[in-house]
Amino acid sequence: MQEKIARLARLADRLRLDVVEMIGVGKVGHLGGSCSLAEITAVLYGEVMCTQGEQRDRFLLSKGHAAPIQYAALAECGIIDRSLFAGLKTLGNPLQGHPDRRKLAGIEGNTGSLGQGVSMACGMAAGLRLDGSPARVYAVVGDGELAEGQLWEAFMSAARYRLDNLCVIVDRNHLQATAPTAELFSIENISAKFAAFGFHVIETDGHNVESLLAAFAEAAATKGKPTVVIAETVKGKGIPFAENQVGFHNSALTAEQYEQAVAVLRERLGDAQ
Amino acid sequence: VTKHNQRAEYGKTLLELGRENQNVVVLEADLGKSTMTHAFGQEFPERYFQMGIAEANMTGFAAGLALAGKVPFTNSFAVFAAGRSYDQIRQSIGTAELPVKIVGSSAGLSDYGDGATHQSIDDLALMCAIPGMVVLTPCDGLEAAAAARAAAKIDGPVYLRLSRNDLPDLYPDPENYDPYHPAVLKDGEDVLLVTCGIMAGAALEAAESLAAEGISAAVAHLPAIKPFPAEEICALAEGKKAVVFCEEHSVFGGLGSIGAVALAQVPVKVGFVAVKDSFGQSASSHEELLRFYHLDADNICAEVRSLL
Repeated sequence: MQEKIARLARLADRLRLDVVEMIGVGKVGHLGGSCSLAEITAVLYGEVMCTQGEQRDRFLLSKGHAAPIQYAALAECGIIDRSLFAGLKTLGNPLQGHPDRRKLAGIEGNTGSLGQGVSMACGMAAGLRLDGSPARVYAVVGDGELAEGQLWEAFMSAARYRLDNLCVIVDRNHLQATAPTAELFSIENISAKFAAFGFHVIETDGHNVESLLAAFAEAAATKGKPTVVIAETVKGKGIPFAENQVGFHNSALTAEQYEQAVAVLRERLGDAQ
Repeated sequence: VTKHNQRAEYGKTLLELGRENQNVVVLEADLGKSTMTHAFGQEFPERYFQMGIAEANMTGFAAGLALAGKVPFTNSFAVFAAGRSYDQIRQSIGTAELPVKIVGSSAGLSDYGDGATHQSIDDLALMCAIPGMVVLTPCDGLEAAAAARAAAKIDGPVYLRLSRNDLPDLYPDPENYDPYHPAVLKDGEDVLLVTCGIMAGAALEAAESLAAEGISAAVAHLPAIKPFPAEEICALAEGKKAVVFCEEHSVFGGLGSIGAVALAQVPVKVGFVAVKDSFGQSASSHEELLRFYHLDADNICAEVRSLL
């Protein structure tokens, strides 16, 4: 178990390093919300999910702007080629600003217009269940995204259809594009809201690999209702100057910041140059 | 002429499709008695998703079902199916090219009693603007059935526009339905009337009146306004003195707009019988509204005369 935890924690930092390299210097990219998802993505793609074949588990990034972290995970699983990273968001490259299934393998649905991913995830979960598939569906939403009304329609339908093969993950990083969530719009009492909407609610530390593994195991064991994992996270986690900074929602790195981020991550990964 | 109801024929066809194809699933937003999907729900409760009065989620949920290999039909009044859910159709379905069938019932002014909020005069504009969307506009009940059957086989998004009321059988050969070519309902020499949806009947009536005045009018009904059969319409317009597009929809963004673009290089006068930038309103019959908004045979004749 300790070995697994160490492997996944390391994977999370490797995904962060990929994200930093993908975004590069002087190009605008969603660094903060990608890094808050690093452990969640590492645990799902690196351990929890079956990622290949008809019966693969499905991952939908409703907060599609965090696409770089998903692209990093897809490369890690061998589903896409790392050589695409350098062309992120350039004309003709399949790594679009938001995930696009027409262009890239491993993308299950087109997400990023906020609020739409969970409806899709619910439909997928219902469709897979009709076919008797054991696949599970994981949908990641941002906390700021919870202001989108369609999500709450989707949550109601998940409970109505007892979609216990659905696991919603809230990336609770407390910051949205322009301000802290607490200042910008009232999305507080998230757990109570989900409980009232018929979900099994798990609160966890979104950067603690062991807690995340336990949360996803509990979700899989929960029958008769959907589960939400409310993952307490830090936006920009792992990159000291970006942590908890609204400014790193979607911004460019200077050459100096880039070098600093790469150095910190390489050092943690133990392959400092 | 015998009559059929588009909703009733659609409902029957949906049930047949459900029996033939296990992957056909139906989503409803609490209007199942009106959209006539309830028969499907009774026979296939597991494949019938009652989504409550939440069209946006219904539409996104359908996208997910399509991603899981299903052939979903979403149902509501056209104004909600296309309007309330526009963003989900564009983002979740359109950009991903998913084979979801969006069925807009009680379209146009056919929900005559309920007024502006329930009458769709802009649904074709919305759906035609989405890249890759096939927009089916049947003129009668049997064509509506054929259109639903064809929609199930199209590997991409489809919008199917259905009227609320009984309509005379006009489509020539529903057994050999072909959405991608105009159905020429009447030949003529002088003018061409191009119609979609319920306007075929009024256009045929107009052609008869015009004949009495010595004006020979051809009538071409479009089973689908998108993809628009530009070459065929241009060929039919060749040598005519005028082309009039007739639709139960705003003059902006529907058949007339698309048709005028297609005819840009053809030296022919073009006219429009359509709703002139106005919402609908309540009335005591569909016919009364069609007259009020100048969508009847008399107004088609008047438009033709004004061009000649």
